[in-house]
This record gives sequence, structure tokens and C-alpha cells, in this order.
Amino acid sequence: MTTVNLPSTLGAEATADSGFLGSVGAWLTTTDHKRIGRLFIGTATLWLLAFVGVGSLLGFERIDSKTLTFNEGMMTQLFAATKTLASFGVMIPLMLGLSLAIAPTQIGSRSVMFARNAMLGFFLWAIGSALVLSSLIANGGPGGGNAQMVDLYLLGLALAIMGLLASAVSVVATVLSARTAGTDLADVPSFSWAALIGSSSLVLTLPVTLGTLIFIAVDHHYTRIAFDGNMGIVKWLGWSMSQPQTFLYVIPAVGILAELAPAVARRTQPLRGGVFVGVGLISVALLGSVTQNVHGLAWTGTLTDKAKSFVPYALFNLLPILGVVVVLGLALLALKSDSIKMIAPFVPAFLGGGMIFTAMLGNAVQLVSSANLSGTVFEEAVLVYISYGTVLVAWAAIAFWGPALWGRMLPAKAVVGIGALGFVATVFAALPMYIAGFADQQADSIKDFDYSGPASLWNTVSTAGHALFAVCVIAAIVVAVKSFATGERVAGNPWIDGGAQ
Amino acid sequence: MTTAVDRLLPAGPTTAARHPLFIATGSVAAAGTMLMFGMLAVWFKFRDASPLRAGKNGKMIHDWLPADLKIPEVATNTLAITMVIAAIMGQWAVYSATRKDAQHTTLALFITGLIGVAAINAQVAIYKQMEAVLADGAYQTMFYAITGTMLVLICSGVAFSLVAAFRVLGGRVADRAVVTAHALYWYFLTTAFIALWFVVYVQK
Repeated sequence: MTTVNLPSTLGAEATADSGFLGSVGAWLTTTDHKRIGRLFIGTATLWLLAFVGVGSLLGFERIDSKTLTFNEGMMTQLFAATKTLASFGVMIPLMLGLSLAIAPTQIGSRSVMFARNAMLGFFLWAIGSALVLSSLIANGGPGGGNAQMVDLYLLGLALAIMGLLASAVSVVATVLSARTAGTDLADVPSFSWAALIGSSSLVLTLPVTLGTLIFIAVDHHYTRIAFDGNMGIVKWLGWSMSQPQTFLYVIPAVGILAELAPAVARRTQPLRGGVFVGVGLISVALLGSVTQNVHGLAWTGTLTDKAKSFVPYALFNLLPILGVVVVLGLALLALKSDSIKMIAPFVPAFLGGGMIFTAMLGNAVQLVSSANLSGTVFEEAVLVYISYGTVLVAWAAIAFWGPALWGRMLPAKAVVGIGALGFVATVFAALPMYIAGFADQQADSIKDFDYSGPASLWNTVSTAGHALFAVCVIAAIVVAVKSFATGERVAGNPWIDGGAQ
Repeated sequence: MTTAVDRLLPAGPTTAARHPLFIATGSVAAAGTMLMFGMLAVWFKFRDASPLRAGKNGKMIHDWLPADLKIPEVATNTLAITMVIAAIMGQWAVYSATRKDAQHTTLALFITGLIGVAAINAQVAIYKQMEAVLADGAYQTMFYAITGTMLVLICSGVAFSLVAAFRVLGGRVADRAVVTAHALYWYFLTTAFIALWFVVYVQK
């Protein structure tokens, strides 16, 4: 889909002679949706580095379950850090940043609606997530030993959620109200539709997290009776950093895949309405999330018992999978064309989409009670699959829409290379944990797991996967900074216009 | 100076956004509704988990409200009625703005804000009459958390009323969008409060 560049009518932008301070000031006070989106993406990339780093550390510590390299007390914070960062530091802000940067250009709007609100959202999220990270480092967060730092964690998380909510409201208002004249909602590009559905899902679920967070914060600060003090954070808020809630965070990623398939096929998407339905089906997960309960499948008892268990399980965990299947199927249908011309961003998008799909399948298996996977590292692996998969799709989106955002493009070889390496890293990081989950290696644990099988091998491969993904992220940052700063200037979008493959 | 941005596709025609403020306020109202109903869901969970005891009429009830705490029903019922009146005043502002009646629009908006202040005052009076100490137990903690959140939302409604009123006072009578969005926000506040009132103050 061609994006239309409309100069922002709001706020002052940096000019060539404004100097460094002027440039920084212009960025920090910007109302240009592309800049706000890029601020989200850039800051989320920093948190991604932290997330991948923590994942590598935890993996390293698990290689030998008998001896500890790091302080054991630190581990609770590190596990909490991975969950918090994956959702609130990486997946949501990356997808929201792309939505803010791209959706307005796709629907022909000059700016995102309530741009200052979106910018406020960025600041709240950036400050909040920095407070969360700081508190975790200073022995706060779930299970933390420093009560004040636990309070700081809760405050930071509340700020981050409010920021994400503010920006999500801007995306919703933009897609619903600022489409160019004559464009119905059914005519918007797949990514804009996914941005709308994803942001609406955030608007409907994050406040539930915030409400519980308020209860926990007041209880923790004053009494620590009702919510089990700092240990209650994971118990009461864990659902917001776990599946199926995370499916909602990655809805725009599915939209990106749906956007790239017709671009590769050089044709319009057949059965476009089906793509919209598929994206919408994923959002059914929000009904399961807001109940704040796990809807597993217990295939025992009478037929009525089985039905009672199966219906919510299927509704909240299988329907989202059906949504992705529909989108992937229609993407493949679009690719059934004589005019296919492969473009580099499609590779990481397709691989990342596959990782997200694998995570959804894994979640469905994990929730079957007879599989006995609850509380094992299998659940951690699902989170790794979905978060790393989202990063791969985001990389594809940055490459694909880079020319519209920066006026320059990424080299095709680097896009494919980093995407493929990231895919291998994701499989290495997560697949061994799927296997270890079946062998009953406990989640959130670094020692004393002993099972028949090469435990050390699984954990070594997983650690190598995390480390490799860290290398990919660093390589992506280097390539992006270099290419977008000094690369060849391009007009339009060469991926679509035929200038690049 | 030619920049990279200038080399991209040319700008399309300017289009006026369709009711962006109303849509954004609707989104905020939806978020606020999920916030309050999510909190009420947790409240239900705790109430259901509390032990049973015989009530005044001999029926077994959940022992959630501590025996030494009394809900001041006159004040809470008055507060509920106050919130309904605030929503009606918000709608009056829309009615007046549609007729470009600046005087009544301003009056209605200021009255809405004033009623909001009265609601805040009533909530504080309830706190004083109940004399519940926040750190005394789970009920007290959750009571202050949920009613405090509602109080913050009402404060935001009062701020919205003042902003809308001063805009109309400044001559922007034709700008109905703000007044309509303002009414929507007060409808949300009233609905959320009525739900809270029924669960926390009536059902206890």
C-alpha cells in the first residue's frame, strides 16, 4: 500500500540551522506523528536490548542447575524484568510506534489526531518504563526486597500503562475519524485496520490492568493484607504479561504481514474482507483476558463438564489462532500470482509471523491440563516466540516503510540476513524450552531442576539463541542508523515501485 | 532547502476530521468503564471469598463489610442523585449549544462543574462519616482504592466542564464538538458511579 506523505501542520520542526539543542528540542516537543512513532520505536529498541540481555543472563544461569553464578535473590527480579519488558517495553510500544508513524499516512491524514496527547503518551510510557527498570535493578518489582522500590515499580508500571493508553486513543481516533474523504473503514489498508483493532484492544484491556494495579499499589503501600504484598503482583497482574493477552499486543504485526503479501504479489488482496475478519478474530482474546483468569482445557468429567471447559478455552485461545490462519491463508492466496516479485522485508515478516503462530499453537497446547505444562518453561518459551516474532515483523515494517519515514532505505541483503538470523535465534532460544517444558523443567527457576534428558544442552542452546538474537538486534540498530543517516535518498517506496527487491 | 521528506509523494487534499473529539472521548469513556468495572470485578472476587455470617434478617451474608463500619446511606444516595443531575446538566449544555445559546450553554457547563465539585464534597463527607482507617484491613484498603479512583475521574470531569465552559465563554459557541464530548464524558462518569454506588454502597 502506498503511503501518502503529508507535511504536518502542527508544531515547529527542526530546521537545518537550528543546531543540536534545537534539534533535540524539536524532537522532544514534536507533534509530527512520524517522529512520535520513531521515538516509540527507538526507545522500545533500547528496552529490547535489555530484554534480550536479561534473557541471555537467565539462560546462562540455567546451564548448570547445581551451581549459581549470580546472586539467587536477583533472579526473581530478572524473571519479572523479562515479563514486564516483553509486554510493556517491547511488544506494545513497537507496534504502537509503527501504528502512530504509518497509519495516518495510509489513510491520508496530515497528522495523528491529538498529537500532543500521543506525545504525552510517549513521555509517560518512557518515564514509567524507565522507573520500572530502575526499580527492578534496585531490588523492587514482584518479590522484591525493597518495599519502596516495589512501590516505584507499581508507579512506573501505572505511568507506562497510562502512556500507552493515551497513544492508543490517538491511533483509534485517527483511523476512525481522519480518513481521507470518500474512504470507508472497509477501504483502509490492512495495517491501518490492524492498528485500529490492536489499539482498541489496548484501550479495553489495559485499564483493567491499571485498576488491579491501583488496588495492589494501595494495598502494598499501606497494609499488604489483601494482595499478598509484593508476591501478589505476578498472581494478580501476571495475565497482562502472558497469553492470550499478549496476542492483542501483536495484532498490528499480523496486519503488517497482511500488508506485505499483496505488495510481493503485486496485486490487490483477494477477499480483503476476510483479512479484516481474521484480524478481528484475534481480538476475541480480549474477552478472555479481562476475566483475569486462565481458561485451560480439562478434558475430564461428564460431557457437560467437558463442554464448560472447552467453550471458553476454544473461544479465547483457539479463535485467535483461527484469525491468524485466515490472514496467513489469504496472504498465501494473494501470493498465488504470476507477477510475484519477492521483496526483502517480506522475509522477516513471514518468518516473524510464523513465530507468532507457533507461540499461539504452543499456548493452546500448554493450556490442555493433561499435557502438564502449566508452570514449566514451556510458558516462558511461548513468550519468547511471540515477542521475538513481533520484533522480526517490526524489523520488516521498519525496512518496508523506512523510505516513507526516513526518506532512505535499508539494504535488502541486510534486511534478509538479519531477519533470517533472527529467525534462527528465535528457534534456538525457544524451541529447546518447549522440549524442556515437556520434561517438566520448572518456570521462573534457575536451580535444582533435574529430569531425564539433556537439561544442560537445552539450556545451552536456548542461551545461545538469546545471545544470537542480541547480536541480531545490535546489527539491526547499526544497519538502521547507518542506512537512515547516510544511505541513498529515495523517493516514494522503492519496494513497491519496483526499484528494490 | 530540499529535504528527504519533500521527495516523497505530494500532499493530498486537506480533509476535515469527522468528530475526532467525540470518538476520542468515547474511547476514553470505554477505557474508564473497563477500569471501573475491572476494579468492581476484583471487589466481587474479594467479597465472594469473605466468610459467611448471619445478617439482620437471619439470611447468611458474606462478612465483607467490617461490623464497625456503617455506610452513610443518606449521603451515598444523595451522591448518586447528584451524579445523575450532572449528566442531565451536561445534556442541557448540548441542547443549548445546538441552538447557539451561549448564555445557557455556559450556565449549564458551569453548573455541571459545580455539581461535580458537590459530588467530590459528598464523597469526602462519606469518608468523614465512615471514619474508616485505610490501613485497618482489606475492605478499607479496597474501599479507598476504588472510591478514590472514582474521585479522580470526577475531578477530571470537573476540569473538562471548566475547559468547555471557558471555551464557550470565549465565544466558541458554534464549536459543539467539545460540549457533546463533555456530555458523553459525564454520562460515562454517571454510569460508572451508579455501578460503584450499587455494588459498594447498596449491596455492600
